[in-house]
Amino acid sequence: MNMTSATEHAGAPVAPADAPDAIIEVEGIHKVYSGNVTALENINLDFRRGEMTSLLGPSGCGKTTLLKIVAGLLKPTDGEVRVNGAPVKGPGPERAFVFQDFALMPWATVLRNAGYGLEVRGVAKREREERARHYINEVGLAGFEEKYPHELSGGMRQRVGLARALAVDADVLLMDEPFSAVDEQTRRKFQEDLIRLREIEKKTFILVTHSIEEAVYLSDRIVLLSPRPGRVAQIVTPEIDRSGDPEAIRRTTEYLDLIDDIWAGLRTYVE
Amino acid sequence: MEIYGYRVPAAAALLVWVVIWEIVGQFDLLLMFPPFSEVLASLPEVIGTASFAEAARITVVSYLSGLALAIVVGVGLGLLMGMVKRADQILNMWVNIFLSAPLSALVPVIMILFGMGSPTVVATVFMFAVWIIALDTRAGVLHASPSLIDMSRSFGASRGQRMKLILLSALPEILAGIRLGVVRGVKGVVIGQLLVSIIGVGALFSLYSQNFLMAHFWALILILFAFALSLAELINRLEARVEYYAGNRS
Ligand SMILES: Nc1ncnc2c1ncn2[C@@H]1O[C@H](COP(=O)(O)OP(=O)(O)OP(=O)(O)O)[C@@H](O)[C@H]1O
Ligand SMILES: [Mg+2]
Repeated sequence: MNMTSATEHAGAPVAPADAPDAIIEVEGIHKVYSGNVTALENINLDFRRGEMTSLLGPSGCGKTTLLKIVAGLLKPTDGEVRVNGAPVKGPGPERAFVFQDFALMPWATVLRNAGYGLEVRGVAKREREERARHYINEVGLAGFEEKYPHELSGGMRQRVGLARALAVDADVLLMDEPFSAVDEQTRRKFQEDLIRLREIEKKTFILVTHSIEEAVYLSDRIVLLSPRPGRVAQIVTPEIDRSGDPEAIRRTTEYLDLIDDIWAGLRTYVE
Repeated sequence: MEIYGYRVPAAAALLVWVVIWEIVGQFDLLLMFPPFSEVLASLPEVIGTASFAEAARITVVSYLSGLALAIVVGVGLGLLMGMVKRADQILNMWVNIFLSAPLSALVPVIMILFGMGSPTVVATVFMFAVWIIALDTRAGVLHASPSLIDMSRSFGASRGQRMKLILLSALPEILAGIRLGVVRGVKGVVIGQLLVSIIGVGALFSLYSQNFLMAHFWALILILFAFALSLAELINRLEARVEYYAGNRS
């Protein structure tokens, strides 16, 4: 089977493996859990600076595992991840993680939660709160600084998680299904906000999702993973102009065709 | 119902027992049970004596030191068991044995080790309270959200900062353990002093029973009950303040 067939979509060239603008390089990653579950097999990928890349695939194909290895939260069985050329040995300040279940401290206010990354880095209280406030504002939560997580909706909690990740000013944001615990309307609004945030923040995003629509709508590049063992099945490069009205984008033929293409590619694994 | 300003919950059921007690007492059937009214009447007398003040002081001091020791050691032990698998494998069985063992039977052993004074009482309180605190703390640590710990790691939290996060995550369970420890500790202090019986309320109990002062005897028991219940209630209040997040963890 062809392991890394890169689909060229809309004539976009596929970058060579050692592209100079690769901020994260994943090389020969294998991950075997508890002796026999092969979660990932020979993953070779580059994530380019300033791009939003989605990891897409059916449940259990190793998306979370790959993201946690990139984050330095999990050790690969074999292979190496490099950030800005340096091998990853653990979590680092260039990478920030947004968790699927938000991972907020229930005993702390929004302000304190958003500033937690700065707090552990020893940033003085004044500056920490100032920066936390800035990002709380940026993710659209102004006025909720003194609330506790249980007083917020799921969508708002995830915004706190996002503000916390943005506040540490990492180059790369790693997001594990950030919208999965959120209802459809909130999810769409959140996706639109994320596109807007990307323009302002100019960061590299790696987004795990199992929503094809979400991947197509948001990303510059979509990495399709096949399940058991998880391998890179295909890389798709959507060429969608996201500057216009969000609702109009979701109706363009490029958008809809691409969703169909990806679905056609994925359904073989699901069946 | 009010006993010297303390509101007893489930007052109705208690009231029935008080009435039965009063009736049985009035008939003078059992030497053990003077009428409840007589018990109440002797309350001020018991509290007023100098020996009571001294007994109360010794009791409170040894109770609080035993409890403080139990909290420090129990929480530490629980954290260790919750965080280090190896330690848990070694300790879990022993902690469970001590939790369910008839500890009163151990008091004589403690007495041999610590002598006939307050240290024995402190040790007894400790032995009664520490295990449940350790086990509840362990449960709280194991219950702490793994993604919260991943979160702190991903932001580069130090070992100490991660410990703090785990401790705060486990706080609801720790408080539940301490509340149980507080009640068990009262059992410990009474049993310890009864067996040592020359100090604190233990001395008073033997004084009253040897002189057939049953009303005084029961008054002392009432006081101890009120003491234990107020302490448990105090911890309850504290728990209610952190409870909002206990139910809010994922
Ligand atoms: N700690 C673990 N121990 C053993 N096996 C694990 C562990 N974590 C994950 N796995 C297995 O590894 C595989 C990949 O898991 P992973 O969580 O990375 O998948 P995923 O693509 O994120 O799935 P989902 O879409 O359901 O979140 C699965 O088969 C899973 O059962
Ligand atoms: Mg996952």
